[in-house]
Amino acid sequence: MRRSPYQALAATLIMFLTFFLATVFVLTAGGFQVVLRYFETRPQVTAFLKDETTLEQVDTIKARLAQTGKVKEAKYISKEEALVIYREQNKNDPLLLEMVTANILPASLEVATKDIAFLPEVAQILKSEPGVEEVVFQEDVVKALHNWTSTLRKIGIGLIGALGLVSLLIILVIIGMKITLRKEEIEILQLIGASPWYIRAPFIFEGMFYGVIGAILAWGIGYLLLLYATPFLVKFLSGIPILPVPIPFMLAVLGIEILAGIVIGSLGSLLAVKRYLK
Amino acid sequence: MVKFENVTKKFGDVTALNGVSFVIEPGEFVFVIGPSGAGKSTLVRLILKECLPTEGTIKVKNFNLQELSKKKIPEYRRQIGVVFQDFKLLSDQTVFENVALALRVLNEAEEKIEQKVLNILDLVGLKGKDNFFPSQLSGGELQRVCLARAIVGEPEIIIADEPTGNLDLGIARQIVDLLKKINEAGKTVIMATHNFAIVNALSQRVIELDEGKLVSDQKKGKYHLK
Repeated sequence: MRRSPYQALAATLIMFLTFFLATVFVLTAGGFQVVLRYFETRPQVTAFLKDETTLEQVDTIKARLAQTGKVKEAKYISKEEALVIYREQNKNDPLLLEMVTANILPASLEVATKDIAFLPEVAQILKSEPGVEEVVFQEDVVKALHNWTSTLRKIGIGLIGALGLVSLLIILVIIGMKITLRKEEIEILQLIGASPWYIRAPFIFEGMFYGVIGAILAWGIGYLLLLYATPFLVKFLSGIPILPVPIPFMLAVLGIEILAGIVIGSLGSLLAVKRYLK
Repeated sequence: MVKFENVTKKFGDVTALNGVSFVIEPGEFVFVIGPSGAGKSTLVRLILKECLPTEGTIKVKNFNLQELSKKKIPEYRRQIGVVFQDFKLLSDQTVFENVALALRVLNEAEEKIEQKVLNILDLVGLKGKDNFFPSQLSGGELQRVCLARAIVGEPEIIIADEPTGNLDLGIARQIVDLLKKINEAGKTVIMATHNFAIVNALSQRVIELDEGKLVSDQKKGKYHLK
């Protein structure tokens, strides 16, 4: 590696790129999964009420929902209660708390159905109520998240697979070049009786080294970026318990990436050794 | 023991060796002489199993080279110490590391390697030069390093392919004297050379090749220039 630092840099960089993308993908896909699960377990329909809606009208709506037999729970959130929730969610951002009073925030009805299949009917009932301003139909959100997660998974796997292949080929070429450069040395080793493993091992370990270093660097930088972005993400995803990412999960990602780095690096080297060392 | 039985080696239309037969017993010192192109280097390459004979059989110790599998070649080559005409030293490694390489391929323990290498370097007259690089040594010193590498693993057979080829007579004589010392310790030494002065000075067994054929095999031979 000392003799050809630029080749070593190229190999390490491509590995870094592959694993950085993998880290970003895993964290994003994992995050989407957590968000999806969050929405699947939360009250699934929220009906925001008009300011003039009375408590009697709210009770009427609740009774109508109960009659369907499809509603698990219908919880009324008053303007004051909404303010308390809002203050709790934004307690670290005083700028957002200024000027916000209970009058600005709408009261709402949070409705959980017994089955996700009942959502459309319940949402329709709520929409038809005169006291209801807006219905947020969380099945839409859930469906959208499902689609995004599925698309992200497909794109991520495809992209990482392609980059992984490129990494393997670059390792193959670089190790192949090193074998060619050291042809004379290899010939001498063969003539004095060095075993094939004695000659091949340094090349295979070099490939593994590029893989491991690339994986560790990518994971480290990915993790640092995540920690840097955490305050912003917490605000953006307020209420969803997605951050901080558990340390055992991050260590598991590191372990898997190091293993993948070893596999890609050693496979590239093995192919080079088979091709160029005869 | 080295046994050639009716060995012929052809490279395309060129016959490098033609029906050569001889037996070298353990502990012998043998010169293989002849002009350039006589087949001396081909003979050395055949013994090292760099190539196979076109016809005939070669046996070295208990190895039949025709039947020797690719997997077994490294193990076979570790039984032979070779001194190359062009030295074949690693230019980016020190004298110590070049000689130690022969012990490392034998999986010798690191603790023993240092002592063995320094002893051998002392034997060949290179004491104090273990940290030198090949570019810092003279031709004679390079050949001594090559000799040290060839004998440090204590093989029973030493093959020297034109070891004095690039050296003046005085230095050449020193190299051959070292080979003689090694032979007196019980090792078989086969030296391919066209240096008639050295051959005539030592009165050892001489196998003479000419145009690939074995023309004479004398117990105490002389090199007669034609």
